[in-house]
Amino acid sequence: MPTSFHLLADAPAQLLPARELMAFTLASHIILVPLGVALPFITLVMHYRGLRRNDATALLLARRWSAVMAVQFALGIVTGTVLSFEFGLLWPGLMGRWGDVFGIGFGVEAWAFFLEAVLIAIYLYGWRRLKPRTHFLLGLPLPAAALLGAFGILAANSWMNTPQGFSLDPEGNPVDVNVWKAIFTPMFGPQYWHFVVAMIITAGFMVAGVYAVGWLRGRRDHYHRLGFAVPFTIAAVATPVQFVLGDSIARSVFHKQPVKFAAMEIVWKTDTRVPEYLFGRLQEDGTVSGGIKIPLLDSVLAGFSPDTKVVGLTSVPADERPTATQATIAHWAFDIMVLIGSALVLLALWYGLIWLRHRRLPASAWFYRSAACAGVGSVVAVECGWIATEVGRQPWIVYQNMRVADAVTSTRSTSLWIMLGVVMVVYVLLFGSFLVVLLKMRTRWRLADEQRATGGAAHVPEADTPYGPRAPLPAGGGAARAEDGRP
Amino acid sequence: MTADLIAVVLLLAVAAYACAGGTDYGAGFWDLTAGGAERGKRPRWLIDHAMAPVWEVNNVWLIFVLVIMWTGFPTLFQTVFSAMWLPLALAAMGLVLRGAGFAFRKPSRRLVDRRLYGAVFAVASVVTPFFLGTAVGGVASGRVAQGTEASANAWANPTSLMFGLVAIATTAFLGAVFLTGDARRFDAPDLVGYFRARALGGLAVLTVLAVITGFVTHEDSPHVWHGLTHGLGLFFVVVAGAAALVTALLLLRTPGTWVRLAAVGVVASAVIAWGMAQRPYLVPTSLTVADAAGSPATLTWLAIVTLVALLLVVPAVVLLYWLDTHGELQELTEAELGEGDGEG
Repeated sequence: MPTSFHLLADAPAQLLPARELMAFTLASHIILVPLGVALPFITLVMHYRGLRRNDATALLLARRWSAVMAVQFALGIVTGTVLSFEFGLLWPGLMGRWGDVFGIGFGVEAWAFFLEAVLIAIYLYGWRRLKPRTHFLLGLPLPAAALLGAFGILAANSWMNTPQGFSLDPEGNPVDVNVWKAIFTPMFGPQYWHFVVAMIITAGFMVAGVYAVGWLRGRRDHYHRLGFAVPFTIAAVATPVQFVLGDSIARSVFHKQPVKFAAMEIVWKTDTRVPEYLFGRLQEDGTVSGGIKIPLLDSVLAGFSPDTKVVGLTSVPADERPTATQATIAHWAFDIMVLIGSALVLLALWYGLIWLRHRRLPASAWFYRSAACAGVGSVVAVECGWIATEVGRQPWIVYQNMRVADAVTSTRSTSLWIMLGVVMVVYVLLFGSFLVVLLKMRTRWRLADEQRATGGAAHVPEADTPYGPRAPLPAGGGAARAEDGRP
Repeated sequence: MTADLIAVVLLLAVAAYACAGGTDYGAGFWDLTAGGAERGKRPRWLIDHAMAPVWEVNNVWLIFVLVIMWTGFPTLFQTVFSAMWLPLALAAMGLVLRGAGFAFRKPSRRLVDRRLYGAVFAVASVVTPFFLGTAVGGVASGRVAQGTEASANAWANPTSLMFGLVAIATTAFLGAVFLTGDARRFDAPDLVGYFRARALGGLAVLTVLAVITGFVTHEDSPHVWHGLTHGLGLFFVVVAGAAALVTALLLLRTPGTWVRLAAVGVVASAVIAWGMAQRPYLVPTSLTVADAAGSPATLTWLAIVTLVALLLVVPAVVLLYWLDTHGELQELTEAELGEGDGEG
């Protein structure tokens, strides 16, 4: 491959494809993250219920969810491995200079992930032969491992937002690394808890949404009630918590990354009595077109008083802040996230009030329609939150210390465009297959349920497996016999 | 001092990945060469069932290798990924396709789907180790230095090509050895002989390739050649050779658990021999361990994190492999997923 002629090529040529590639692969990976972090927890809750109440239906749900977890976790591993390769393939400058300052978080994450992979394998493949109690107990550390993994990733990301724990030598290289400070950066706490709760909410609503659809189609048995109520309750409890956490992280951004806050709220000039814009577009000259303007609100939200001074984008030179377009993107992402979050709070309140007053699930079809959309909504909110935090940090890859353009690989932009094209095709196929596999599993399970419901002849599932003989089904010894066979 | 320790940890992680990941890729190699849908049914069935519980864990080692590289030796990471852009990008794509192919093949029922996913999985299983091997070869032959731009020369050279081929042969050998044991475990006596023959064949090919690689490195990578023929490097080469003999003997007799250990010994010793031969360089002869090392505080913490993690992960991994080899881990069948009265 001829390399000489691109040595002097200007950085921006490969900057765009590198950015697009990173954005695309991360955005895809993020769809899987809530399931990876919180589905084990939700499944264990269901599993516990099944063991505790001797409820075969709950155990069936837990088993099926763990089968989904298997496929999802595998896909998460491959898309996650791609991301760690991309640190080197796309951003060698970032890792080469700062790797030893903020890389330790990834070290924690790698081991946590390792632990999670081991525990998931044991949990998934332990249903048949392990004693029910042993099996459940071996699954119990899973959520802790997931939290630890999230800890590592969020430590790294929050360090990029508020880097600290080092000093620069005359050549601008980091020395005197203080690992502790580099992990616990000012944005770490707010980002971490915001993220964890977001994962629980998203996974809960995603799973519950599946059964909400079933409910709307008239399947209102114990199986669907349980499959809906457990994840939805978990998510509904977490949603109001997230409202408070989200409000608090916005104020942390306001204090720690004022220019990012200005981008998220499209504030042009530093001022007091700043209005809040719902949507709207920031123009190059600093005016805002479109959107709904609410006087004073931004100052009030940032500091509880109209006299709060909000730093504007123009407080720093143009090459140290997001462009007008980037600010608009961050702003829209932020607003969409907040709107979806607020809608989810209302949905959770609806659910909670009915439960408090009547001790039952809501009966309204509109509730289930909203619940069916809540899963997709929370995924969109998660993506928006990520866009707001990443685009709002531009042009920095390490806030105020390294520009994205200085970190990018020197590989020819053509190679990167080609790779982006290939990756997009592969990922579309991957996620398409993922969806198809999930839908097929669902159909198969539903057929099995219906067959049992009509008392049909026992179906021998091995018969249609193209692979050879299987070990015979284990005989009894399980915790639960079905009291109602119909799940 | 700490830097040397972390360099050893890195080398051991690479060795672990070569063994665990290698076994995994090897299963894919034999999946690819198992023949048509009818003829290859039995071996593929075994491969599917033997790999399923452990393949994710096997591949997480790679992530750990990358993390140690960028945290402990940031310059090394930057250098390698800049110079070896293409093979590493191709390896990354191979990893995606492989994992996805395997994950999707299992729940698919239609023969067409299984064929497609299976083919993707198997081809990627051969391509990925080849490119990882070429990248390692490029490093070993000293063609990479700080500031080297991505170029074909860095990875399309005699040492790289040999390392790539050796990587494939290693995976095939390891895969066959482990599948021999799995065949016994899954009560498939016909497959014991099937994979034993392939393990011996793999070992023979690997030996031939290793000898050729020796000649090639003599010309192409003098520093590594010198290291492999002196001191600790030579010692581990001898250990690898002895382990290979033991493996062959055990394979000819009654393959049991020991043959796995011996096979792992071959691969791990070979990797360690390469690492020892490179001393004191991470990239011969331009980047030493000391030069590439990150901040001392970070290295200390990396050592602590590694230690704590070992205390957590080793018992978990041992438990996983123990449960797996004792047949405690089995896939859920459709019957259990389809009906409410399956036991918990």
